[in-house]
Amino acid sequence: MSELIPSFDPQHVLVMPWTSGLSSYGWSMLMGFFVAIACGLIGNYLILRRMALVGDAISHSVLPGIAIAFLLAKSRGALPMFLGALAAGIVTTILIEIIHKKSRVKQDAAIGITFSSLFAIGVILISLYASRVDLDQECVLYGEIGNVWIDTPVTIAGISLGPATVVRMGVVALITALLIVMFYKELLVSSFDSGLAFSLGINATVVHYALMCMLSVIVVSAFESVGAILVIAMLILPGATASLVSHRLPVILGLTVLHAALSAVLGLHVALWLECSIAGAMVVVGAFLFVLAWIFSPSQGLLRRWLWNRVEIPDDVAPAPVPSGRAPAS
Amino acid sequence: MKHYSPFTVRHSLFVLVFVCLSASPAHAAKIGDLVHTNVLEQAIDFFTFREPAVRFALLGSMLLGICCGLLGSFIVVRKMALVGDALSHAVLPGVALGFLWNMSKDPIAIFVGATIAGLVGTSVVTLIKQTTRLKEDTALGLVLASFFAVGICLLTMIQRLPTGNKTGIDKFLFGQAAAMGADDVRLIAIVTVLSITIIALFYKEFLLTSFDAGFAKVAGFPAQAIHYGLMLLLAFSVVIALQAVGVVLVSAMLITPAAAAYLLTDRMSRMLWLAAFFGMAAGAVGAFFSYLGPNLPTGPFMVLGATAVFVLAFLFGPRHGVVMRWWRQRSRAQRIQRENTLKSMYHVLEAREFKGDGVSLRELSERRRETIEEAKQQVGDLRSHALVTLQEEGNVAFLTPEGWQLACAIVRNHRLWELYLTNAAHIAADHVHEDAEKIEHVLGEEVVRDLERRLEYATTDPHGRRIPSLADLRRGGAGRERTEELVGYGRRS
Repeated sequence: MSELIPSFDPQHVLVMPWTSGLSSYGWSMLMGFFVAIACGLIGNYLILRRMALVGDAISHSVLPGIAIAFLLAKSRGALPMFLGALAAGIVTTILIEIIHKKSRVKQDAAIGITFSSLFAIGVILISLYASRVDLDQECVLYGEIGNVWIDTPVTIAGISLGPATVVRMGVVALITALLIVMFYKELLVSSFDSGLAFSLGINATVVHYALMCMLSVIVVSAFESVGAILVIAMLILPGATASLVSHRLPVILGLTVLHAALSAVLGLHVALWLECSIAGAMVVVGAFLFVLAWIFSPSQGLLRRWLWNRVEIPDDVAPAPVPSGRAPAS
Repeated sequence: MKHYSPFTVRHSLFVLVFVCLSASPAHAAKIGDLVHTNVLEQAIDFFTFREPAVRFALLGSMLLGICCGLLGSFIVVRKMALVGDALSHAVLPGVALGFLWNMSKDPIAIFVGATIAGLVGTSVVTLIKQTTRLKEDTALGLVLASFFAVGICLLTMIQRLPTGNKTGIDKFLFGQAAAMGADDVRLIAIVTVLSITIIALFYKEFLLTSFDAGFAKVAGFPAQAIHYGLMLLLAFSVVIALQAVGVVLVSAMLITPAAAAYLLTDRMSRMLWLAAFFGMAAGAVGAFFSYLGPNLPTGPFMVLGATAVFVLAFLFGPRHGVVMRWWRQRSRAQRIQRENTLKSMYHVLEAREFKGDGVSLRELSERRRETIEEAKQQVGDLRSHALVTLQEEGNVAFLTPEGWQLACAIVRNHRLWELYLTNAAHIAADHVHEDAEKIEHVLGEEVVRDLERRLEYATTDPHGRRIPSLADLRRGGAGRERTEELVGYGRRS
């Protein structure tokens, strides 16, 4: 067991990534940050719309999209990959819709059937054409965020911007943030009150599919670095953590960014210390932050609830509402 | 309603247990040792268990297919399908810890570790749901991915360790049935037998808590205990399936065969049988395909096998299948179209007070406000069902005795209903036509008889037209010897 956890070397774990290792680990941190930001921002809306598991489904089912795009385009270009992922994302959404509308199978089972089948197709394609598809099975599961800095750098007007993967992810994260700011009202209204959205003339179907398309693009850009399953964590953890701390959407979005930054930076250090998968460590740190919020959240944390329940309230004092996670009726 | 005795189910499940036990594995080598070229020959060798090398893989895959199918049926009807998904991902840290126990792929240690991790995962989901305002889907996704991340970290840490036999630990991700040994198959058999026994013994309890939790509680069944029992069995089945199917796709083995069975039957006992059978078939198919190539993972092929069954059930299921439903709708639409044409022919004949038998296409098309071409097509359809005969180069249609009867029956249905609506429901006479247009096609024999009685065998409808009577129905068959009495107007019996 002692071999499993290496001794803590502050020089290696805390200083190195910011000094000599900045040119490699810096990019990993930045990449993790971008992934977590893009995923976390859109993940907030998935959580609000109770579609967290559709995110799960899409993150699995972009795999065959990518594999088929590779096989058709015979290159690892960004465009075929995005197109393949978009197609896969839309196909997933439609398939779930069809199975659950046209038969008596419930939505949860429909999600499970759809994504597992598509993922299975993807894995088989990869193992059959392993030599031609530049992906391996492990990469699919937990990504290679440690290697992003090796990627060929992008240069615009003579200035080197950084590895292509990171730049791409940064652009995707920026676009996501911009779109959310631009369509803030539409997303907000259609997420919370579909009736109001309808009366305001917001087409809920368009918003739904736009969200799914955006999600597919984000997932595919994050895919190589964090893998299919950890993407789910990146989608759900920041939003879930933030929504335990605040009730207001703007604050939640801000906290999402904070959570993303913290889990990316701290995750890298943990990974260096334990010598394990960087993406995995980032998610573990994210999960740890979630647990902290769960316990210590000022408005609804376990600790606060426990304290509330301990304090005896005199009868003549009107009892303040005990912060409750659930509606009293349910 | 047919009463289905629980004892039949129980007995049949015990037979299944016996089959499982009697097929105990013999000693065998690994799949990879074999080299074959002919697929058919391989298939024969494979499925007849003649090839000793593949007995373990095939047997293990089939057994776990049975186990997953049975347990999956309950999670599908309980709408907990994705709990299986969360559970299967959450076991990964347990697998890693089980491996660390004595640095080898000891099935028992991994089994224990994975089961504990899975149960912890599901408890955390419940806890998050109860103590925060996060919804179930968020809690499931969160636990699934976080536990998986911990598992990935542990696995990558194990892989850099200098000691220990690490081979095969990565196979837990996508599954490799060929890597199964005698110990694994024994474990799978034990869990399968255990699941079957428990389901057989507590069939009534499982059934009741799955379909009517409130009643189960009132009737004094320990719903909570049964829920946790099911979770424990699920965790067991996920863990035994890991090696063959892999962490990522185990949930599909739980959901897909059961969902396919769910589309085919309405009875839980039959659903269990079907799901077990589909799971077994999917397991065999998966093991076979991964046996064909050197580096093919088993799990994805199993999942695709199960998906193929699901797609077939989805499309061609006799009652709920999409194609079957479409076909039924289409034939109903065609029947209604035919009946409407017949009705129009009746109206044409009625307009000239039944002088002459033939209805020309021109008259028909004017009556129906359609083109001659459309009328011709409809009459052609009637002719192919022997309801009319065509003469004068296909321009004049004559009702056959059957056609006449059906036309009378439809008009009769229509007018009786109109009369009923005005008399009994006091709807104005000019408002009843639309409703009667729809209902005339679906009124059954019994209802028509009832209407007749209620309307005291009236002979004219609210618009003052005559309702075709039994005598009219017979008139069409005047030229023919009748051997049977007519018993109704919707259909002849």
